[in-house]
Amino acid sequence: MPVYILKRVAYAVPVALAVSMICFLLVHLAPGDPLSLVLPADANQTTIDATKAKYGLDQPLPAQYFLWLTNVVSGDFGTSIATGRPVVSEIANALTYSLLLALIASVLGLVVGTLLGTVAGYWNGTAIDKIASAVAISGVSLPHYWLGIVLVVIFSVNLNWLPAMGAGESWSAERLKFMVLPAITLAAMPAGIITRSVRALVADTLGKEFVTALEARGLTQTQIFLHVVKNAAPTAIAVIGVQLGYLMAGSILVETVFSWPGTGLLLNTAILQRDIPLLQGTILVLALIFVALNLLVDIVQPMFDPRMKRG
Amino acid sequence: MSAFTAREPLLSVRDLTVGFKTDRGPITALDRISFDLGRGEVLGLIGESGSGKSVTMRALLRILPQKRTTISGSILMEGRDVLALKRRELASYRGNDVAMIFQEPSLAFDPVFTVGRQIAETVVRHKQCSWDAAYARALEMLELVRIPSAKSRLDNYPHEMSGGMRQRAMIALALACSPKLLLADEPTTALDATVQIQVILLLRELQKELGMATIFVTHDVGVAAEISDRVAVMYAGRIVEMGSAADVLKSPAHPYARGLLSSTIHGAMAGERVEAIPGMPPDLANMPSGCAFSPRCAMAMPECRNVIPAPASVGAGRSAACIRVGSVAA
Ligand SMILES: Nc1ncnc2c1ncn2[C@@H]1O[C@H](COP(=O)(O)OP(=O)(O)OP(=O)(O)O)[C@@H](O)[C@H]1O
Ligand SMILES: [Mg+2]
Repeated sequence: MPVYILKRVAYAVPVALAVSMICFLLVHLAPGDPLSLVLPADANQTTIDATKAKYGLDQPLPAQYFLWLTNVVSGDFGTSIATGRPVVSEIANALTYSLLLALIASVLGLVVGTLLGTVAGYWNGTAIDKIASAVAISGVSLPHYWLGIVLVVIFSVNLNWLPAMGAGESWSAERLKFMVLPAITLAAMPAGIITRSVRALVADTLGKEFVTALEARGLTQTQIFLHVVKNAAPTAIAVIGVQLGYLMAGSILVETVFSWPGTGLLLNTAILQRDIPLLQGTILVLALIFVALNLLVDIVQPMFDPRMKRG
Repeated sequence: MSAFTAREPLLSVRDLTVGFKTDRGPITALDRISFDLGRGEVLGLIGESGSGKSVTMRALLRILPQKRTTISGSILMEGRDVLALKRRELASYRGNDVAMIFQEPSLAFDPVFTVGRQIAETVVRHKQCSWDAAYARALEMLELVRIPSAKSRLDNYPHEMSGGMRQRAMIALALACSPKLLLADEPTTALDATVQIQVILLLRELQKELGMATIFVTHDVGVAAEISDRVAVMYAGRIVEMGSAADVLKSPAHPYARGLLSSTIHGAMAGERVEAIPGMPPDLANMPSGCAFSPRCAMAMPECRNVIPAPASVGAGRSAACIRVGSVAA
């Protein structure tokens, strides 16, 4: 494996540790006895003692953190107060829904954003560019819940084409119908931001002297386009990576609006019910996904621009 | 179809005029320039900054920004009208018939492709050969421009080369398809002084060896004298004097050329850049009436403000655009 990949992975480890520390401290910063937060209210003395020992609550904070970390790494996130089920299985279940929705929304946002952005950048200043920019600005500035509700009113209430909420009964093609509106809602903002960034990038790259030099060599428009894409790619990937991270965060609102049973809805429930172990676990997992996404961007970028391998 | 015979010039430029739309209004960057270039001939293009040297070169390749530029006049390359070429014909003309070396090699290479790949890409494009053959050609070219351990340099990205080596690679790229005309736009100004000399010597040697016609833009009169058969002196978008390098540089006829040469006669020996004549070149958006040089000209007469002088013959193969040219040249 190239050295730079190992380096990037090594950089991501402290970030992940810091994230875990913050999640750990959540329990201890929250008012009240951490034990009462971790355990269901009707827990008996045996459970309390067992939990106390397990979490080492009589020990100093660093030791507690280390213990908690060991548990987490081995897949034990504790038990949900609300449901009494292990947090891990709650998260795993919700994550399946969320990742699927996020994946579809990401592809949508990515494809629409890069296409619109590239077209607008190439035909900088023309009517096409203005239309693309208008679409982008709408995507960026419309609030999620508003867009979601408007889509529901149009496509579910008035036209009755698509379901307004929920995820359907089972994993089948039918479920895709439930995903259309939340995916569009979720993709709107990243699509807008990606459009704007890619447009600026492409226009900027086209203005570079080397593009004139490529023309001077007699390369075809298609060949020159490939050069432009490879030059714009690293920055575009960075923007896209961050946007997809935000998309995961944006799913909290969107999943709530559409009652989509993913991590967003789970987080929302956890907050409302003060289900601290669930909250802690969900935030940790979402934050780690964000870290992983950034790591992926860091690894992919230099494949397009060799200058980034240094440093 | 016009039959092209060997006696005709390779390149024939007539009344080439280039205008730009700018924020400050329309400007005429080139005003009716005409010149011929024979096969294998080297033309030195000199003049102060902003006189239109780069615009001339870019017009020959038609790489000026399309939306803002108007071009008129004619450019005949081997009898073909370059300004009338369709998009595809133009793409086969560029880089194949006419190639350009840019002033800043660090800006003219695509930073994210290897140098070898960029040379090979151009060769494949024009010679329709395999990539293997194109890479072999790229290697041959890097060796020709004397880049040490050329084989491993093929895989270098532009940023992995020094400035001088990058410009050598740019020369290799430009010559890879054996163009009939090479445009070198101040190919050494971005380089260190010692490297400049090496690159100039290399270019002169390659020109002798490969025999392509060359237009060489430079600020440096010494370099122009060294490398050119003929010289054209530009001022504010016009060619004010043209003739054999020996004639023009020894006894310039136009007052501007005289000023330019006398102000650099010592500098030229040391390879320095052209120094300014008192005053400033005119603002292209706000040109003086008559001769553009008249406001700075020590010999200007009232009449100079009324007419734009046309190039007139001042001896065999020489011309100058000055109404006082007879009296000045005497
Ligand atoms: N794309 C453009 N749009 C508008 N004006 C331009 C453009 N390119 C060149 N010009 C103008 O045309 C004039 C001639 O420029 P040019 O680059 O040919 O000068 P030059 O003789 O090459 O000078 P230098 O020695 O500094 O390279 C300048 O006034 C410049 O501002
Ligand atoms: Mg120039």
